[in-house]
Amino acid sequence: MPFVMPDLRPVLPEIVMTVLALAILLADLVIKRKETIAFLSIVGVALVTYVLPGSMGTTFNGMFLSDGYSMFFKLIFMLNVILTVLISVKYIVIEKVNFGEYYALILFSTLGMMLMASAGDLIVLYLGLELMALSTYILAGFIRYDIKSNEAAMKYFLLGAFASAFLLYGTSMIYGLTGTTDLKAISAYIVANGLSGNPVLMLSMILFAVAFSFKIAAVPFHMWAPDAYEGAPTSITAFMSVGPKAAGFAVLGRVFLIAFGSVKLEWSAVLVPIAILTMGVGNIVALSQTNIKRMLAYSSIAHAGYILLGIIAGTSDGMASVLTYMLIYAFMNIGAFAVVIMLRSEGFKGDNITDYEGLSKTHPLAAALMLVFMFSLTGIPPTAGFMGKFYVFMSAINAGYTWVVIIAVMFSAISAYFYLRVVMYMYMKEPKETVQLSTSPAIGLALAITVIAVLFIGISPSTVVNLARAAVSGF
Amino acid sequence: MMEQVIMNKLGFPILSTLIFLPIAGAALLLLIPRAKESLAKWVGLLVSIAAFILSIPLFTNFDKSTHLMQFAERHAWIPSWNITYYLGLDGISVLFVLLSTLITILCVLISWNSIKTKVKEFYISILIMEGAMIGVFCSLDFMLFYLFWEAMLIPMYLLIGVWGGPNRIYAAVKFFLYTLVGSVLMLVGIIVLYFYAGRTFDILELMTKTYPYQMQFWLFWAFFAAFAVKVPMFPVHTWLPDAHTEAPTAGSVILAAVLIKMGAYGFLRFSLPLLPEASRAMTPVMLTLSVIAIIYGAVICLAQTDLKRLIAYSSVSHMGFVTLGIFALNLQGMEGGILQMINHGVVTGALFLSVGAIYDRTHTRQIADYGGVASVMPVYATAFMIFTLASIGLPATNGFIGEFLIILGGFTANQWAGVLAATGIIIGAGYMLWLYQRVFFMEVNQKVAGLNDIDAREIITLLPMVLLIFWIGVYPNAFLGFMHESVKHLLERVNSGSVHEMNMAKNIMELIK
Repeated sequence: MPFVMPDLRPVLPEIVMTVLALAILLADLVIKRKETIAFLSIVGVALVTYVLPGSMGTTFNGMFLSDGYSMFFKLIFMLNVILTVLISVKYIVIEKVNFGEYYALILFSTLGMMLMASAGDLIVLYLGLELMALSTYILAGFIRYDIKSNEAAMKYFLLGAFASAFLLYGTSMIYGLTGTTDLKAISAYIVANGLSGNPVLMLSMILFAVAFSFKIAAVPFHMWAPDAYEGAPTSITAFMSVGPKAAGFAVLGRVFLIAFGSVKLEWSAVLVPIAILTMGVGNIVALSQTNIKRMLAYSSIAHAGYILLGIIAGTSDGMASVLTYMLIYAFMNIGAFAVVIMLRSEGFKGDNITDYEGLSKTHPLAAALMLVFMFSLTGIPPTAGFMGKFYVFMSAINAGYTWVVIIAVMFSAISAYFYLRVVMYMYMKEPKETVQLSTSPAIGLALAITVIAVLFIGISPSTVVNLARAAVSGF
Repeated sequence: MMEQVIMNKLGFPILSTLIFLPIAGAALLLLIPRAKESLAKWVGLLVSIAAFILSIPLFTNFDKSTHLMQFAERHAWIPSWNITYYLGLDGISVLFVLLSTLITILCVLISWNSIKTKVKEFYISILIMEGAMIGVFCSLDFMLFYLFWEAMLIPMYLLIGVWGGPNRIYAAVKFFLYTLVGSVLMLVGIIVLYFYAGRTFDILELMTKTYPYQMQFWLFWAFFAAFAVKVPMFPVHTWLPDAHTEAPTAGSVILAAVLIKMGAYGFLRFSLPLLPEASRAMTPVMLTLSVIAIIYGAVICLAQTDLKRLIAYSSVSHMGFVTLGIFALNLQGMEGGILQMINHGVVTGALFLSVGAIYDRTHTRQIADYGGVASVMPVYATAFMIFTLASIGLPATNGFIGEFLIILGGFTANQWAGVLAATGIIIGAGYMLWLYQRVFFMEVNQKVAGLNDIDAREIITLLPMVLLIFWIGVYPNAFLGFMHESVKHLLERVNSGSVHEMNMAKNIMELIK
């Protein structure tokens, strides 16, 4: 059989990303000013974003799909990289880990996510997942001399490896059952052979659900998240809470809605309890947190629960709501982390909720921004967070899951307590000591982007919703 | 659908202006340096006066001969979900917009000297509050309504929590959580309605459809969760005494005068016309809860030692009258209920303003710390007397008209409800007069000796309330005339359709099946 050169256009963004990541790794050897490397990374990512729209298509015999769905997720990943780099520039100097590899690892991790979003085959999915995960493990432990950072990396690695094993086990079972790892072929085989109710299929579906639940930090597979989020460098916490989660949802949607699309009843019976538990545990445990990074970790768990409702709905509106929510979540969560990072200065950790006491008096602008992000995470209009929740709930109700939505809104009301506690400390308490803010133009830019997006999408969500709908139309 | 509304014929989009002028004023305040406190006050005052002046055409140009929505504005907003920016007023809502614009001015005036910290932020909160309140009353799109309804929580939370009394944080959080839990349940109900009616949030269009009784039943309780908490009805009233008591004077006034009216307004605008059959079937429950609120609130008042807390509980009692009137489901009751909402806004707003005025001097809310105020502050005592009598419902004051109509309506609907509600008025006279006696008569307490009487600013603040009390009391038709047509139309809608018995057990069984 003669070798046919596969069509490389669909993978162009990934190719550019790989070259960029390698180039950054090399550039680190010659460039001493690490800010330059950060700048180069952003320029490179902008270039990847630029080639994204032209990459529509399928290649490598359907193993790699570049469609609207993957493109929307890649957009979230690009945004995630840019915002993370912007909030990192000053922070990693303060943490004394100002190395160029930091940026290269972020790019490699993002490359993994891009592969996951485009995976049309379980093997590609696994490759992407491992690339993403391995890079993120290192990033979580990037503050070498800090025992908490080490702990974060260790926990994340052990449980992540465990999850990968589950994924491989599920993949091998599916391969044994259907003889293929191609998502569309799996779906066709299940339909053709009437496999619904098949115990092996059920088992592999559960294994997939477990593996993906680890990645999106869904309960009961969330145990790594609070420790990893608390110990990791704050900028990486922001990165991890958006990127890998979005990638997890990308593959979750792909695998469950395409490969297992015909047995939706079976898997929704697995995902509904997971979603309810995730919202419940995330929101309730967050109530008692005193460390803001841990609180945001539990909040991030809870948000995964809301997003799961969109997947459970299983309709195209449901998927569009997942995309919309993920994008909105990226803005509001990284925005909140940007404020958290600003409180970190030489000799002051600034990650206790009590450190926010009286912030509105000492730093009114930072407090006002945090207020917007907290209300957005709660889901109070006119912020983007409300629109995200609204869309997810709406699609779940339309799919007949009204009772799950009632549980979700109750947990969402409970969540107001811990988000508002931050507002309460900032606005209703007197400052005990003057907190120094570590500001920089880069973090200012990140905050400007996020707050404008949160308010704009909150008032006029049409653009984003239409984009998300267009993205899933070819799904 | 367009013939159902009368588009705005004034030269400018009056409702949008009323919503966004205060919000623009708040944005302007953001730009003012923090140190320039008196500038911030003046901007706050001028913006609120401008909003009031701009709202006058609503009073003068309102067409009282129709139940249709007037001054309507409609623009596409979020086409993906078919959400429109749709505003309009009818006889039920128009007076509340006017009340909101008036109350805001008074809130700015009464806070002039009493707010000393974060002055700029205070006026920003008040103005955003005003915009959101007006938005709630004007919205003809359910989502737009919900947006304003929820957005209002943010400034109110800050008003109570930042500028409130010693226990303010507890009160603010309690207020926020209670209201939020109710609201999110309503949100679920709204979405269910949206899909059933064919993907529309347009209230007028939703009203043209009929919904199966089962669905109405559940939606009624979903809406009840939001509206009853806001009213507040027994047994979900417990946030109110805390919030009223701990809020700064302006916050208490806004809460009492406008915010809690939104619950009753929600019943009138949504529950009754959208869910007529369920509303009728639920009347016994609603009447019972109303009567309990009336008597329970009044009895609790007798035991209060804190001035603001007493007035707060009297609100529970008075709002019980309002819901009683509304769910009497007849013309007298409903008009009385709406008028009583305005009355309660005026009278209780005035009482909180008065308490604020004296609190600024003594910094105590304990009734025991007062006594003999009448001999020290005669002008103040006169004003407070008028408000007290209006609160009791003395003839020639507005309270009389409202309560009389409600009891008349209540009696027609259910004799027991009418009789029991009337006892509430008697207890009401008891606690208000007793309060007056303890504060203003008897021996002059050391703590009030030598206080200055109210100054010109405070008199200007209280004067509009005094005028309104007598205006409504002597010539109620000036106000009732606004609502006749709309209320008649609403009653027609509610009293049409088949009759369902109220059987909760059956509904729950059917759900389980």
